[in-house]
Amino acid sequence: MLRFAVRRTAGMVGVLFAISVIVFLIFNVIPNSDPAARIAGKNANPALIARVRADLGLDQSLPVQYLTMMKQIFTGRLTSYSSDQNVAQQIWKGLPVTLSLCIGAALLWMALAVWFGYLSAVRAGRFTDRALTILALVGISLPVFWLAAILLYYLSFKAQLFPTGSYVPLTDNPVQWAYHLVLPWLTLAVLYVGFYSRVLRSNMLDGMNEDYVRTARAKGLTERQVRLRHVLRNSMIPVVTLFGLDFGAVVGGGAILTETVFNLNGVGLYAGQAIGKLDLPPLMAVTMFGAFFIVLFNGIVDILYAVLDPRIRLGEAAPV
Amino acid sequence: MSPILSVTDLRVGFATHDGVVRAVDRVSFDLNPGEVVAIVGESGCGKSVTAQTLMGLTRSPNTTISGSVIFGGRDLTQLPDNELRSLRGEHIAMIFQDPMTSLNPVYRVGDQIAEMIRAHRQVSKKDAVARAAELLRSVGIPNPERRVRDYPHEFSGGMRQRVMIAMALALEPEVLIADEPTTALDVTIQAQILGLLRTLNREKNVSVVLITHDLGVVAEIADKVVVMYAGQVVEEAPLEALFYQPRHPYTWGLLGSIPRPDEARGDRLTQIPGQPPSLLDPPTGCRFAARCEYAFDDCTRLPPLRARPGDAGHLDRCWLTTDPRVAGR
Repeated sequence: MLRFAVRRTAGMVGVLFAISVIVFLIFNVIPNSDPAARIAGKNANPALIARVRADLGLDQSLPVQYLTMMKQIFTGRLTSYSSDQNVAQQIWKGLPVTLSLCIGAALLWMALAVWFGYLSAVRAGRFTDRALTILALVGISLPVFWLAAILLYYLSFKAQLFPTGSYVPLTDNPVQWAYHLVLPWLTLAVLYVGFYSRVLRSNMLDGMNEDYVRTARAKGLTERQVRLRHVLRNSMIPVVTLFGLDFGAVVGGGAILTETVFNLNGVGLYAGQAIGKLDLPPLMAVTMFGAFFIVLFNGIVDILYAVLDPRIRLGEAAPV
Repeated sequence: MSPILSVTDLRVGFATHDGVVRAVDRVSFDLNPGEVVAIVGESGCGKSVTAQTLMGLTRSPNTTISGSVIFGGRDLTQLPDNELRSLRGEHIAMIFQDPMTSLNPVYRVGDQIAEMIRAHRQVSKKDAVARAAELLRSVGIPNPERRVRDYPHEFSGGMRQRVMIAMALALEPEVLIADEPTTALDVTIQAQILGLLRTLNREKNVSVVLITHDLGVVAEIADKVVVMYAGQVVEEAPLEALFYQPRHPYTWGLLGSIPRPDEARGDRLTQIPGQPPSLLDPPTGCRFAARCEYAFDDCTRLPPLRARPGDAGHLDRCWLTTDPRVAGR
């Protein structure tokens, strides 16, 4: 377990380094991305631009700029180019919103995906399966922003069943918190429900042909016991893998579209605004924050693996 | 003595895209109490399908099953799923070919045995696991109290097959169906497992249906042998009669392809030329005729499975009269 933790931490450092370098370089080769020119205003003279550039430290060599930025990130003193706001504070402020959105959506999508995938596999080839297949493909194909807009228009604006966007803190009013988040949860979950239920269905269908499933039937277990204990349990492993990656990604700002359309001031919306302004510091921080969660949840998934499948030993787990 | 399990005219067909595969065609045999009946034949002859059909494991929407399997006065092919289920494990148990894959890798072996006990009996988990340990001891697994907490991957192949046997015997079934129980094991382990099956058969009076393609295994343990070819029974005889007076050319071929350590080396093993016919569209005559060196005009008609005068226990499905057979052998 210790070896596993050490290896994972080392891996995480490597991933964060690589990602930060890539983001930094991409930002520097984007045309017209010079922050100094933008900050100095529309008709700024070269002298002003040069002064702004010196203020931001952009006149130094790229490696020095990179190191300065990393130092600021890890000391929490990184500020935005466009607004002078502290980036870490902004992310910290957005985190409860993002976590509320993601945890709720994740619970919803796992529950629905397991239920639909199971039903689909059990009724393979029949009406329920076909209906769920179509539903899953529709869910995967719907663009998030379109679905969100449709839900908002018909359920909030027309039918007035749900509030339109914004966020009520959980500590203020839990009922309103959940009420305001129903549509965002649904919107974010739809894609994953479709995708996961398909993966689970095919895993379960493969699983039903396993010799140990035949053994389970020969033991005289009911079909339901056979499916739940022997087929479903073993088919969950790939779904858990996907979940680790996807959950890390949405917590780390991946719910950007959902947050934007529903006007939830989370990490994703913050990143979205930074992209619009070509503001490197928030982008860099959010990206690294996201990468951190993805690696973290992958580590958690590996621990879950060992629980789900006793043949896997963490000490020998594959490197990151 | 009335048979404990009586199979009559069993037919199993699987609907596929290309048509119906008649995997088992009018198979009949009786299993008497305490007896070991071996069903032998090459791959794809329908022996495993026969075995699995006895327990209803081949039931599915694209399977058609006809004929009867009488056990305890009831026809298992007609039994509703839930009644058949309560019979599985409790009265008829099964062990499979590959002990590596027949146990669920994610559960402790003790729990897998306990699960079976608890599917049929009202006992606590703790008592069921304690019973599992006793069972493991009875099949010769050392340290059973500790081993019940191990996972299948912590056992060797032979030990896993012992676990499977322990599990099959958990509820003291009257009939044990063993589908190629030794095929995946080393020869030395094979002998141990066969010895174990033999002991259980004698001491607990379990009747055994043994599916195998290995005539060495048959000679070791069987009382009666049913030879299958292309979904049909071609010969049925007591063990000695089958080995010393085989009647069907296919049986001759099977016996001829066993290596003989007592004969001079250097000769090639005899083999039966050709492949078995497709079961999608089997020949109307004798199914073995195309590969049979004794085939003659009559073989375009399907011979019945019948006994010769004066030898009621020995059935065969061949048109040849007795004389040329002796010459042929």
